[in-house]
Amino acid sequence: MNVPAGAAKVERSEGVWHAAWRRFKSDRVGLVCAVIVIVFLLLIVVAAVGGVARNWQQEVGVANAPPTFLGPRAAEATGAIEVPKGPNVDLSAVDPLAPRYKEWDERAAQFKTSEVPKAETLAMGADRLGRDVLSKAVKGTQISVFVGVMAALVATGLGTLLGAFAGFFGGKVGDFLEWLYNVFEAIPGILLIFAFAAVFGRGISTVVLILGLTGWTGLYRQVRAEFIKHRNREYVRSAEAIGASVWSRIFSHILPNVSHVILVRMSLLVVGFIKAEVILSYLGLGVGIEDVSWGTMLAEAQAELILGYWWQLAAATLFMAVFVTAFSLMADALRDALDPKLRGLE
Amino acid sequence: MAAYLIRRLWQMVPTLFGVVLLVFFLFKYFGGDPAEILGGLNATPEQIAAIRQQLGLDQSVWVQLGIYFKSILSFDWGKSWATNEAVGHLFATRLPATLTVMLPILILDVLIALPIAMWVAYRRGSLADRTIMVITTVALSISFLVYIIVGQYLFGFQLGWFPVQGWSDSVWTNLITYTPLPVLLAVMVGLAPQTRLYRSFFLDEMGQDYVRTARAKGLTENTVMFKHVLRNAMIPILTNIGLALPGVFVGSFLIEVFFSIPGLGREVLLAVNRSDYPVIQAVTVYLAAITMIINLLVDVMFKVVDPRVVLK
Repeated sequence: MNVPAGAAKVERSEGVWHAAWRRFKSDRVGLVCAVIVIVFLLLIVVAAVGGVARNWQQEVGVANAPPTFLGPRAAEATGAIEVPKGPNVDLSAVDPLAPRYKEWDERAAQFKTSEVPKAETLAMGADRLGRDVLSKAVKGTQISVFVGVMAALVATGLGTLLGAFAGFFGGKVGDFLEWLYNVFEAIPGILLIFAFAAVFGRGISTVVLILGLTGWTGLYRQVRAEFIKHRNREYVRSAEAIGASVWSRIFSHILPNVSHVILVRMSLLVVGFIKAEVILSYLGLGVGIEDVSWGTMLAEAQAELILGYWWQLAAATLFMAVFVTAFSLMADALRDALDPKLRGLE
Repeated sequence: MAAYLIRRLWQMVPTLFGVVLLVFFLFKYFGGDPAEILGGLNATPEQIAAIRQQLGLDQSVWVQLGIYFKSILSFDWGKSWATNEAVGHLFATRLPATLTVMLPILILDVLIALPIAMWVAYRRGSLADRTIMVITTVALSISFLVYIIVGQYLFGFQLGWFPVQGWSDSVWTNLITYTPLPVLLAVMVGLAPQTRLYRSFFLDEMGQDYVRTARAKGLTENTVMFKHVLRNAMIPILTNIGLALPGVFVGSFLIEVFFSIPGLGREVLLAVNRSDYPVIQAVTVYLAAITMIINLLVDVMFKVVDPRVVLK
């Protein structure tokens, strides 16, 4: 830039992201929650590469081992039947198998069985099979959050793309997309998810797909409204005048200007999808049997609770409550920071 | 008004058409072969071919779509593949149970959330307001499942205040004996989001000029809140109730599953697990139609409640 020496420095007005960060910084609750979310995300990355909770399926404790602070379970009463004492009656004279016992003992001695010591207590207890509940909760967090975030990405991508086209082009394209939106909106959400689940089956990628394909409508509506607002603004007309193509106007001119709206919406979607995944997995329509998520943990916990083993329920609830609370408060702070007009609407 | 109604009803046609297309192609191309599901694991190829012919699956896609439309228009959904029960009969017998549980939930939710929301909105920023907002945020972050699992265990199993689950043929017995626990739990869950929403509606109204004018005239706070703010806030609240109405029909399927209530929601879930396509398809298409009609009724109701509304 050719700025003559001594001229006043060109004052650039504050960008939307800078302004947002300034507002976000002053929101202490939002900041703390963002830190919690980042800690969770780090934990998830570490769990995904196998740093922690890789062996969540190993049966490291006794079945239903209680959490450490409760201490080991009292030995169960063995009953009133007296165990006979003294040497066994010598039956070798009449036992037809007696001559072969020695041979069998020798052969058995060739194989070594080692008894793996199983922990009496674990930090957060063990489940029905003796698997460490803490590892399961960490692994479950990984899967549940992954599903929530991926599904939100799918829904956001779909909603943004369709919303951008509907808003920018209007006319026939807009009418068609509005029709599609109306069709998806006409069916109650949970029923739509069930219908998709009925045909697509189970598994992590399937859940992502189901939630993403059914959850894009709200975002579509908002992006469309933004694009309608922006498409005739002066900067877009100027871009057209200097020969910017349709694609470049949509994606490099308007999209960055509405991206804050999309980001806020997406963070709200994550929370909704995490909750939906938990319920789907509980019902057996979610992640497969080989995986663990908060939902499958809750499904197991229900039977355990009746027997008094409450720790798996507590662990899954605790992890989920902390993450979802932190994430929703962070999303609220994000919304206040990025879109002050929306403040207080929820 | 009549012109408006006719136009709205006319606009429903393409949407409903789309719903039918969506359901048809979803099950047609992703749903697996109905003949194999119907035939079971031991069916011979001949049996499967026979079923295909019987269902019209050997015809072209367009003929199948035609058959499908005909069955919808004649309200003939055939029979459930799993139980051989006519789908129409299934609706008629399962819906009452769902409504017995869902209507009290809807009514209690509104009746309890309304005063709380009004109170915290009136005392905006106070300790009570912030406490309740924090409680609702945390309450919202715990899965519905946890409420039901713990509630059923605590109130039904440990304390024995309510039966753990069950259902009878008499509406009164159901209302008095079997619904209180599910209703209590569902209201506990629904209260948090409802209170937050209503609070924001009240806050919106309290910031309006007419409130300041009313206060300036020297009206008492009670008059301002109950006669002016409440009546205006009822408009968005009623919309919200209207939007929640279609959900009443599927019910809270979770509640129905946990408490063994023979309602529509549980039936849909069973159908999903059994790949019972006719039931899922019928429920989806009919509920879409019901949703659209309820939305229309809500819009018309607005005109009645609020004379300023212009129907376009």
